[in-house]
Amino acid sequence: MDLSVIDPISLFVGLVAAATPLLYAAIGELVVEKSGVLNLGVEGMMIVGAVCGFATAVTTGSPLLGFVVGAMGGAVLALVFGGMTQYLLSNQVATGLALTLFGLGVAALVGQPFTGVKSPRVAVVHLPVLSDIPVIGRLVFSYDLVIYLGIALVAAVWFFLNRTRPGLVLRAVGENHDAAHSLGYPVIRIRMMAIAFGGACAGLGGAYLSLVRVPQWTEGMTAGAGWIALAIVVFAAWKPWRVLLGAWLFGGVTILQLNLQASGFLSWLQSVGIPLQAQYLSMTPYLVTIIVLVVISADRTRASVNAPASLGKSFTQTG
Amino acid sequence: MSTLLAIDGVSKSYPGVKANDDIHFSVGAGEIHALLGENGAGKSTLVKMIYGLVRPDTGGMRFNGVEYAPHGPVAARAAGVAMVFQHFSLFEALTVAENIALGMENAPPRRELAQRIREVSTEYGLPLDPDRLIGDLSVGVRQRVEIVRCLLQNPKLLIMDEPTSVLTPQEVDQLFFTLRKLKADGVSILYISHKLEEIRSLCDHATILRMGKVVATCTPAKETARSLAEMMIGQELAHPPVKDFQPGPVLLKVEGLSMAAPGQFDVALREISLSLRSGEVLGIAGVAGNGQDELMLALSGERLSAPGQVVLDGKPVGAAGPNARRRLGLLAAPEERLGHAAAPDMSLADNGYLSGRIRKRLSVRGFVKQGAVDAFARKIIADFDVRTPGIEARAGALSGGNLQKYVVGREVLQEPKVLVINQPTWGVDAHAAAQIRGALRGLATRGAGVIVISQDLDELVEIADSFAVLANGRLSPVRSATGLQIETIGRMMGGDFSAAEEGAAHVSA
Repeated sequence: MDLSVIDPISLFVGLVAAATPLLYAAIGELVVEKSGVLNLGVEGMMIVGAVCGFATAVTTGSPLLGFVVGAMGGAVLALVFGGMTQYLLSNQVATGLALTLFGLGVAALVGQPFTGVKSPRVAVVHLPVLSDIPVIGRLVFSYDLVIYLGIALVAAVWFFLNRTRPGLVLRAVGENHDAAHSLGYPVIRIRMMAIAFGGACAGLGGAYLSLVRVPQWTEGMTAGAGWIALAIVVFAAWKPWRVLLGAWLFGGVTILQLNLQASGFLSWLQSVGIPLQAQYLSMTPYLVTIIVLVVISADRTRASVNAPASLGKSFTQTG
Repeated sequence: MSTLLAIDGVSKSYPGVKANDDIHFSVGAGEIHALLGENGAGKSTLVKMIYGLVRPDTGGMRFNGVEYAPHGPVAARAAGVAMVFQHFSLFEALTVAENIALGMENAPPRRELAQRIREVSTEYGLPLDPDRLIGDLSVGVRQRVEIVRCLLQNPKLLIMDEPTSVLTPQEVDQLFFTLRKLKADGVSILYISHKLEEIRSLCDHATILRMGKVVATCTPAKETARSLAEMMIGQELAHPPVKDFQPGPVLLKVEGLSMAAPGQFDVALREISLSLRSGEVLGIAGVAGNGQDELMLALSGERLSAPGQVVLDGKPVGAAGPNARRRLGLLAAPEERLGHAAAPDMSLADNGYLSGRIRKRLSVRGFVKQGAVDAFARKIIADFDVRTPGIEARAGALSGGNLQKYVVGREVLQEPKVLVINQPTWGVDAHAAAQIRGALRGLATRGAGVIVISQDLDELVEIADSFAVLANGRLSPVRSATGLQIETIGRMMGGDFSAAEEGAAHVSA
């Protein structure tokens, strides 16, 4: 086994990039859930964002336009969900699941002509001096703009929810929609805005996957990232900074296991008498996330305090 | 006295009902005005219109001399109307300051708001800590939050929908002090309550609604509680049931029952002991959130204890579930009507089956006897005067008072040996409440034991033979209900159980 191929610095750089799609999807879903809506369609919105972003970037040659259209794609799909659950009062769980299935199907259809095509490159921001500092330059100043924006978004969401009045109103709507209504707040309009924001974030995350991470279009390329994003929101107990932590944890384990596979870890295991197949290593990010989730949510009383009390409940206006 | 609010011929219809029909009345400046009526008389619709939550079909209002037609609560608050809701419009996971900021249009920055909350709350004798979470506060303190939220906007008219139904006598005194001070400051108050004695002592004028129409106006101090009630229901009030307590053998014995709190905002039960005899109505008072729900769950069998901690008719049932206890004759009617006592989306007939299956033999070898189920439901509806289109109506579609009558009737008609009931007349009007109390008393007369958990002290004094108080998960010694003073009860509710011993001997065997 050659552990020297695992360089801690490139491990960290890789993890930050691997975590970015999850970070976008999860922070968007956090805002949606804080408003009291449970949208299980994150996976579907991500993959629609991925295909919209990829197709646009390839056709126009502009990755920036790709990200914009990717976000719009996710938001449009989210608004379909919003219309059905908020106005037609369909069940949120069932509609969210349907949204994922629908999104996967639509993306496969739209993406057909783009299979195997290469996308235009997304430039890394190179800051003179700063990016050239040894170690720190690579750790902190070697990413593309979307990664920086993602981290800024976490800060912005935290600020919005905890320090601004619209953020307080959004939390109030998620906490007790009847009380918010009786105080005169437009519950459904606020939720629709949150849903659209969540969709746009999921779309951006998807577009990052197809334009930067992979970077090409393959059917079903989100590979469960949307579900992990949903899990991260719960794991984070609906707190923005913990979403960042959760995304980095998942990203970190993903990159680590890839590195381990490359380092010949498996053949070394074989040599000491433990024949382990590569698939088991590929499972680890999901396993670790599930285990952390179970451990964290074992404390039921604490989890229930942070959960928005109206989460997943339909609001019907009376009177 | 100049007129602050004038309601001029307002009407509002919903499909099938005329909630308000040509309402005329006015509230003067600096006046405490009572709005009286049975459940469904149209009080809520009327105040919702004043607060801008509902718009009238016809008619108009004038506020402070100008045309007033708020298109939402925001506009109503801007005009100077504030409202304290019956089911508090508070957010449990948010702090006091955040809750108050949500009810204001131009909330000042956090520090300044906290300062103003402290000032106003001290001025009116309603001390509050702006940084506490609502979920950690008692019901009485929550109401303070609602009131302070209103006061910070300097309202001209304060609407209060059943503010005292959940308060201790001391808290009621405190509230009245605040309201009188507000009145002295020139604020008008529109006051809705079912507690007629309170209205007599507090309110300057009263408007009485029946079936959506104004049927009378009066000066409450010149009326009696009985005459007010009769104006509301439009007929003579049923006389309070006669207490004819003949103690029989012990039916239910609870000994040293302790239980951990089920959730974060719940209460642990500590060393509860009581015994209930045949023919006895035991009233258990206490402020909401002192272990009433938890005691209910332990008695009904939804939470289990050691077998010997709950003994029914000589048999240990502490470890037996609700169905086993029903079979042996212990029935329960919880407080939460929708979702606990009844399944909102199921029909009345099905809801009757859910509880009556065993004792009324409504199923045979796993098949439902539909005829018997329907007959049971029809009997409940007829005997307890439940107003509903029929047995197929959804439970959730009934008004609170009607569903309560159905839930109580369902248990009473099963002729239990012991019935445990939490808040039997909560949100129920005077007429229906009298019917329910009569039914419970009748059950005891036929030899059953009844435990009534209630926050309505007048109710307990009226129907209970013996009396105890739950405070912070502990049960006071049981004493006789005769000669009980409201003031003594108040002290017991505050946790001072020595008050239970005063002036009365133990009745508990």
